[in-house]
Amino acid sequence: MSVQVNNGVSTSATQTTPLWLLAEVTYRCPLHCAFCYNPTDYDKHTQNELTTEQWIQTLRDARKLGAIQLGISGGEPLLRDDIEEIVIEAKKLGYYSNLITSGVGLTEQRIQAFKAGGLDHIQLSMHDVTEDINNFITNTKTFQLKQKVAAMIKAHGYPMVLNVVIHRFNIDHMKQILEMAEAIGADYIELANNQYYGWSLVNRSQLMPTREQLERAEAITNEFRATNPHVKALYVVPDYFNDRPKKCMNGWGEVFMIVTANGDVLPCHSARVLPNMQFPNVKDADLGWTWKDSPAFNQYRGTGWMKEPCRSCEEKEKDLAGCRCQSFLLAGDAEAADPVCTKSPHRHLVDEAIENAKNPQLQAQPILFRNDKNSKRLIAGELKELTDKFHALP
Amino acid sequence: MSKQIQGSDVYTIALHHRFQWEEAQQCHVVLFPEGMVKLNGGAGEILKRLDGKATVADVVADLKATFPEAENIEKDIISMLELAVNKGWLRQINVA
Repeated sequence: MSVQVNNGVSTSATQTTPLWLLAEVTYRCPLHCAFCYNPTDYDKHTQNELTTEQWIQTLRDARKLGAIQLGISGGEPLLRDDIEEIVIEAKKLGYYSNLITSGVGLTEQRIQAFKAGGLDHIQLSMHDVTEDINNFITNTKTFQLKQKVAAMIKAHGYPMVLNVVIHRFNIDHMKQILEMAEAIGADYIELANNQYYGWSLVNRSQLMPTREQLERAEAITNEFRATNPHVKALYVVPDYFNDRPKKCMNGWGEVFMIVTANGDVLPCHSARVLPNMQFPNVKDADLGWTWKDSPAFNQYRGTGWMKEPCRSCEEKEKDLAGCRCQSFLLAGDAEAADPVCTKSPHRHLVDEAIENAKNPQLQAQPILFRNDKNSKRLIAGELKELTDKFHALP
Repeated sequence: MSKQIQGSDVYTIALHHRFQWEEAQQCHVVLFPEGMVKLNGGAGEILKRLDGKATVADVVADLKATFPEAENIEKDIISMLELAVNKGWLRQINVA
């Protein structure tokens, strides 16, 4: 095993490969989900999207580096009319491709083209079993449409992959959500407990469930797994309620690469919130250099960059000190231990948020839906009362 | 429940799964929604022979002929197949 020398910043004991490429092809979205992890200033990046040719070149370059799993995401990727071309190229290159969609814009004609072009699967977001909660949390009337799209996906012989973001408004419906998934023939259901980045961080006090709600939801999921082994239920653990942080993205620059709508290349979904970082862009930087040698991708590789309490921690290899974005957003220091860790001097910030979740009425504030108007307001520095306690929100 | 592998069983890659050689990794992989598995050399040799026609006995015989120096190869093949079936990477063609 060789050791990469990373501009003297840090060293990685592994030869890393970007196995997963997430193409966030647009930030435009017809839904306005209050829990969206997209940047709150996404409105800056809706007019400078990569062209079809630039996406195809990016797919080729990433494939050469070893990328295999391709997620085509957004925003809502179907707002672009070139997804068919991107799918065909992905198939040609040997990617296992996944369209991650709200379902809005998925017509019979388009799904036929995706099937013919070789798209491997479609991941559909669902929000609840009730029309009220679905429409409330997405701030759209999309409940009926999602049911129709689910049937369409099944009819075309695709595996049925559902993603449900779990938050206070739907967590008590876990049993019904799982029954719905079973009834519509889901092969996979990802129960993604809300994590707090982007819009969901701004709305954290509204979205966070209590520990009791989470424990109940997990018990229900385990029961469902035991009686429905044909449905693979992935339960994304909510890190706030753990004692140790998640190994975020399986490590910075280890297996995951994201290319955003405007071509920035990131090691994780929200890395652009970090201060003093220059992320390369596919328009002017070689992707191989970006992955292997760029200062940004080497900044937090391995363990060499850590400070105390992580540096001397015997568990540092296990979680790699958690999530840099979370450390920065909550503690104001990207190199601090993830505040989720009970060894972190900032753990009290997480405990306070959990405590507040028990008394949602005391935290009453309007939900800020993800839309262009609110993004502009946040960019302009309005809504300070929602963002003051976090670092790096505009 | 663990599946008992029989010599007369015929397998191929499960629906919605894909098996392919990865040049950059120099290994075979199994791809499926939300995940992938890198296979070691032995497992890759086994899975690439599961074409939906060859029986397990055929695969064992072929691997014994290809790797005559390998000991206990049959036991290893069967336990690899058990793992792959239980993980859902394979589907059986000739289910009675």
